[in-house]
Amino acid sequence: MSRLDRRTLLAGAAGAAALPLIARDGLAQAPMQVGFVYVGPVGDHGWTWTHNQGRLALEKELGAKVKTNFVENVAEGPDAERVNRQLAQAGNKLIFTTSFGFMQPTARVAKQFPNVYFEHATGYTRDKNLATYNARFYEGRAVIGTIAGIMSKSGKAGYIASFPIPEVVMGINAFTLAARKVNPKFEVKVIWASTWYDPAKEADAAKALIDQGCDMITQHTDSAAALQAAEQRGVFAFGQASDMKSFAPKAHLTAIVDDWSQYYIDRTKLALDGKWASHDVWGGIKDGFVKIAPYNDAVTPEARAAADKVKNEIVAGTLHPFTGPIKDQKGVERLKAGEKASDEAMNKMDWYVEGVQS
Amino acid sequence: MTTAILISIVMTILVAATPILLAALGELVVEKSGVLNLGVEGMMLCGAVCGFGATALSGSLFIGFLAATLAGVAAAMIFAVLSLHLTANQVATGLALTIFGVGVSSLIGKPFVGRTVGRLEPFFPAYLSEHPLLRLVFGYDILVYAAIALTFAVAWFLRSTRPGLVLRAVGESDSSAHVIGYPVIAIRTAATAFGGALAGIGGAYFSLALTPMWADRLTAGRGWIALALVVFASWRPRRLLLGAWLFGAVMTLELQAKAMGATWLAPEFLAMLPYLATVAVLTLISMRRAGAEGGAPACLGKPFAA
Repeated sequence: MSRLDRRTLLAGAAGAAALPLIARDGLAQAPMQVGFVYVGPVGDHGWTWTHNQGRLALEKELGAKVKTNFVENVAEGPDAERVNRQLAQAGNKLIFTTSFGFMQPTARVAKQFPNVYFEHATGYTRDKNLATYNARFYEGRAVIGTIAGIMSKSGKAGYIASFPIPEVVMGINAFTLAARKVNPKFEVKVIWASTWYDPAKEADAAKALIDQGCDMITQHTDSAAALQAAEQRGVFAFGQASDMKSFAPKAHLTAIVDDWSQYYIDRTKLALDGKWASHDVWGGIKDGFVKIAPYNDAVTPEARAAADKVKNEIVAGTLHPFTGPIKDQKGVERLKAGEKASDEAMNKMDWYVEGVQS
Repeated sequence: MTTAILISIVMTILVAATPILLAALGELVVEKSGVLNLGVEGMMLCGAVCGFGATALSGSLFIGFLAATLAGVAAAMIFAVLSLHLTANQVATGLALTIFGVGVSSLIGKPFVGRTVGRLEPFFPAYLSEHPLLRLVFGYDILVYAAIALTFAVAWFLRSTRPGLVLRAVGESDSSAHVIGYPVIAIRTAATAFGGALAGIGGAYFSLALTPMWADRLTAGRGWIALALVVFASWRPRRLLLGAWLFGAVMTLELQAKAMGATWLAPEFLAMLPYLATVAVLTLISMRRAGAEGGAPACLGKPFAA
């Protein structure tokens, strides 16, 4: 008897589970669900915050046509796979996963749900229903490096970095190259924080760098803590991922701002029209993925002009931040005079240019 | 290395140790009464967000720290009601409190993301800290001094006062204390509230002194370090002070070594140092106190129902 009961119960449960599916198919105008998987909290005012701004812009632009869902603080690894699968099962037709470490979990779930479109930020694994997208942050690093090179009195900048992955290495190199172009003796001291997010540690790292004579602070971690430390000690700093002027009105010279809004809107529209196709996009300043925040009044006219020139030349395609001759820390020539680094070479970058103390 | 850098390093260490010391000191008193509250991180986050919010709205750091204290106590009272009065499992309740604290602080903090407030400034007038050596003594905010003073006050309270003795008795043998006529649950609730208050202030030290802003998970796991410190100090307040400084030193020196360009040391090795230090000290302590209980209160974590 009891077994029979359980079977009936299971059948009933299965029927109940199928009901919403039928109901959803019946409503032709039901909004398309778009899912977002975030590695950090939406309140970090950094990386995840900018992706969430993109999601909000998407909702604003497409209104009733879409419904967005997001999951924040998702650990890189098995958890990410579970979250992806749940979002796909819950009816999300398009899912953006926004951290490098979500690459394999996203790829695995994409195979299991061929009718769901996946988009993975900063990765390189693609599939028929898995696209990748990234931003050329190094272009922004070249702009702020130029400002640092001109405005630094000590000729030393402090760089708080997270982990030595190509993305971060590329940023350090682009910043250093740009600064050394205007000040050939410029040095960049790197502290590896071994975390993306730990405000107190980021602030302490900034203090340590300032103690060592750095008067320009920049970071590839997610909080604004380093800027506050710079403000307190009276040196300059740059915002990361979003405009962080409110945290350090005097120290904040400018910021590299990530802007995913247009990309999320464009891709969702394609999915709505049934024209979505997998691709690989690496957008820079020209494409609106990377923006430079308004300059602080403290930025000298000379630095302003030089930074604008670098920015305009990058947009025009006449300047590539990684143009040879480039030597690495050990003095080995990595790029010959006039040679430009390929996207592939940059994505594998595991060496530092001259002037980096890492 | 110049004197200026050395002084700056020492000051960074003392400041970095302060919030951990405050939270750990509170937890020490809680554990001495026989209660294991693993929700320190959650209470710190509640304190951090309420302290920041109250300061942002009122413009007063005093009101901010007051709000942080009350928020910490309120969070601790959730724990007290569940685990002391309803005798729920303390470990599970404490962990739940941390998860709750992460969530509720994020919720409360939503309107405050991206804002900043004036930070807690040094306690003594600026002219006293013009000279670097004087700065070493007079250059801190009030909580750095208060935390150190409180450490000695707690040590004195536990060792030399009657209420301190009663608190320890409740932690060592709850049934005996109950038989003599002491209100075990009430004493434990009071200790838990004290722990919550200090955790709240410790949390607010992040959002009002170290990095005057609110961002989700601002304390980034310092509550767990505070918990470890209590064991590390084998439940002795003054050893807690040394432990907090040692932790602050290892955390700061790691960054300083990198900034100075100790490139012969892999950054991964330097990042390991705080944990290596923990393992080393814990091993030393356990070797010396082989056979003994390591100083843990006998009734730690055990539920008590009268």
